[in-house]
This record gives sequence, C-alpha cells and structure tokens, in this order.
Amino acid sequence: MALQSLDIARRSATTTESPMVRATTEIAKLIDVSACIGCKACQAACMEWNDIRPELGNNVGVYDNPQDLDDKTWTLMRFSEVEENGRLEWLIRKDGCMHCADPGCLKACPAPGAIIQYSNGIVDFHQENCIGCGYCITGCPFDVPRISKTDNKAYKCSLCSDRVAVGQAPACAKVCPTGAIRFGAKEDMVHHAEARIEDLKERGYQNAGLYDPQGVGGTHVMYVLQHADKPTLYAGLPADPQISPMVALWKGVAKPLALLALGATAVGSLFHYVMKGPNEVSKELEEEMEKEDSQ
Amino acid sequence: MIRNPRDLKRYTASERANHWVVGICFILLALSGLAFFHPSLYPLVHLFGGGTWARILHPWIGVVMAVFFIIMFFRFASLNRMGEADWDWLSKVGKMVDGDDHDMPVQGKYNGGQKLLFWGLTVCMVLITVSGVVMWRSQFSFPVGMMRISAVVHAAAAAFMIGLIFVHVYAALWTRGTIRAMLYGTVTRAWAKQHHRAWYRQMTGKN
Repeated sequence: MALQSLDIARRSATTTESPMVRATTEIAKLIDVSACIGCKACQAACMEWNDIRPELGNNVGVYDNPQDLDDKTWTLMRFSEVEENGRLEWLIRKDGCMHCADPGCLKACPAPGAIIQYSNGIVDFHQENCIGCGYCITGCPFDVPRISKTDNKAYKCSLCSDRVAVGQAPACAKVCPTGAIRFGAKEDMVHHAEARIEDLKERGYQNAGLYDPQGVGGTHVMYVLQHADKPTLYAGLPADPQISPMVALWKGVAKPLALLALGATAVGSLFHYVMKGPNEVSKELEEEMEKEDSQ
Repeated sequence: MIRNPRDLKRYTASERANHWVVGICFILLALSGLAFFHPSLYPLVHLFGGGTWARILHPWIGVVMAVFFIIMFFRFASLNRMGEADWDWLSKVGKMVDGDDHDMPVQGKYNGGQKLLFWGLTVCMVLITVSGVVMWRSQFSFPVGMMRISAVVHAAAAAFMIGLIFVHVYAALWTRGTIRAMLYGTVTRAWAKQHHRAWYRQMTGKN
C-alpha cells in the first residue's frame, strides 16, 4: 500500500519523474547465512505481521516448508546440503524479494503504479493497480513474484514497508533469535557485513563475502555468504543476476521507436492522399463500361 | 442501393463476414495490446473496462481472431501464390504510389503487394499466436526464458502487423471503389479492368 511517509522514487509504466525533492535514507536488510539456524521464526513472523496463511502442505522429506514461495509465502527458508572443503555443510538461505535498486519487475510492469520503488529502496506492489498479467515474474531475475490463484494479483515481500514507514524493522528482522537478520541504513549494513566477513575468514571461510549484486544495481536485501564465490550453492542464488537482455529489449528504446514508425505511417498515408490524390478508375474505362451497359 | 447488375462479384457474403470478424478482432486486439505496449497508451484499457479486463479479454479475442484467420487463410492462400508478374509489379510499385500506374504489369485477382501483405500478415499471425499462448499466464505455465522471448516476439510482430494493416487500410481507401468489395461484395467492371485486368478477363471473358 502507498505510504505517504515513504517517498516514491519510481513507479511502473510511468514515463515522467516522481516527486523527488526529498529522499529518505537508503535502507537494507542483511541476512547472515552463517548465523542462521533455520528455525523459520522469520517465516512465522512474516505470516503473522502480514496476516497471510499459506495452505497447509505435505511433508515431502525436506525441510523446505512450504515447497516454494507463493502468494501467501513471501519469505521461505531454503535448505541446501552441500559438500565444501570435504565437509558437509547445511546452507540455509532465507529467500524472498531482494528489493533490487534496478528492479526488473518494475521495468516489465505495464500497469501504472502497480509496482513502486520508495526512495529508501523498498520495491512494493500495489495490488489495487495490478492487472494480473505476470510481466513482473518475466522481469524478475530472482523468480520472486507470485500471482495469486484466487485474485490474480501479484504478491511478494514488501520488506514490511508499513513497519519501515513508522521506523520499525521488518517483522522477520525483529523476530530473528540469532541476529542473522539485521535491518538498518544500507551503509551501516554493509559496514556490519564487513566485520562478519572478516570473522568468517578468520574461521577458515576464505571466500566469505557480501552478496549485493551490481548487475541489478545492488539490492536492499543482502546476504553474508560463507562461499560468496559460489552463490548458486545457496538453493540456486544467481551468481550474476541481471535484468534479462530480452526484457531490456522489450521494455527499452524499441517501443517508442515502433510507435513513432506507426505514427509516421499513418501521417504519411494522409499526406500521400493529400498530395498525390486518390487512385481513381480512369474516365475512359468508365465510359467504355457505360457504353457497354447501354448496348 | 441499386447497383449495376453487371458489377463483378469479388467476395461472397461468407468471405466478407470472415474478413470482418478478423478485422474487428484485430482492432480490439490492437487497442488492448497497445495499452500494454507503452505507458502512454495505457488509458486505452478503459475501452475494455479497465486494466484487468483488458488483460482478461485480450487473449480470448486473440483466440477468436486466430481461428477465423486460419479459416480465411485457407480461403485465400491459393489465390496469393507469388509469381513472376507479382515481383515485377512490386519492383514498379514506387511509380504507382507516385501516381502513375500506366506501366504496371497486368494483375490477377490480387496484385503483388496484396499477396506480399497476405504472407506478411500470416507470418505475423503465427508469431503472435504462438508467443501469445506462451505469455497467457492465467491458462498456461511456460518456463520464464520462453516467456521473455515471447514477450519480445509478441510485441515486435504485433507492432509490425499494425503497420501492415495501416498499409492494407490505406491502400483500400486510396484505391477508390475498393472498400465496397469487402462491404457488399462487388466491384465495377471498370475498377476490375484498371486494377486487376487478368481477373477482369477471367470474369468477363472480354479483353
């Protein structure tokens, strides 16, 4: 929902600027995968604060529950068992919207104001403007948005924009018992991550690092990864996420040019008619037929 | 309206109805599709009852158009085979557009331009229909990579097709005495002799 206490920096399917005279502090959520114990308190808090209850599923032999993100599951612990350096590691990644600085969903969305980005970096869906086309899914490099089967609107994590607007941390960050989820100014979160990474490196995780992928302009949900050189270990976290070149082509300069070409064809036709005149049947042929008719 | 009984029959009632079903579908699809094509045209959704309705209706209208286009394709495909005279006609079309059609080669029921347009529209329809099915998220579920390609193909082919239809409509308006062929089926003999002399000969047995 639109919150006046947060300034809207970008709006889907809108070609003019948003009000920009003031800016709020850029925020970020930092998820330290190395400190996560997989308790799913964040999932429970998300459901509770946002008042959404996913359908009860079945145990299929893995810890992931539910199996996937859906319209009522905006965050999900994904469990990966991997062998690194000769040791079994259980990597638990809290999946959900990454709140990209350059959001593919917003770029792809054809409905004005259905997706907005606040100046603090949160990317939010306004379901009342959503038409249910699913282009946001096509645009997202992280496969996050989901269309509801009941109302055909797109849903995803809002980074608790309603809480953030009144100076509170997102529900998941508030509830995390180990401090694996932190929330604050992006600058502070990067700083905090640096200390964590240093600590991990001292403990033998030479490739520990921050996941703040620049291909999407950086994200407002960042991970501290033990193996930042192999993000795909973490349930397929993309190594170099980018808005697909197909989406860039689809939503880029081609369309205004196509409109211009169509307009030129229409106007050109009118001027052709005006300047060259209609292609009429010749007088001689008409007279010839008239003669035939009178015979 | 009393017309000359010696006018030539160019289209049957069923062919005309078929054409206009496709034509109406095209107009509705172009308007609703352009709304999603560029933000500046989004207000067009209000012709359909809002954005969500436009999103719901667009693919269903597309299904109707695809079905009737296929029928129309089989009605007219054999009449649109390109021959040497057609390429000759196309090579001289610049002069005709400039206002002088005296040197144009004799054409049958359709001239080279009409035939090329027929095949252009057919290719566009195939691309638009296939990509449209892939993008139809409320009915189907295709991999996201396919959807991304389809979104580009759909937009590009549709924009090109709208351009082709502009040419189609303008050619019919420019060439006086043409629209009636698709409205009530007949054209004058003079029209036929001027624009489609081979067809005129075939229809009348005269030279």
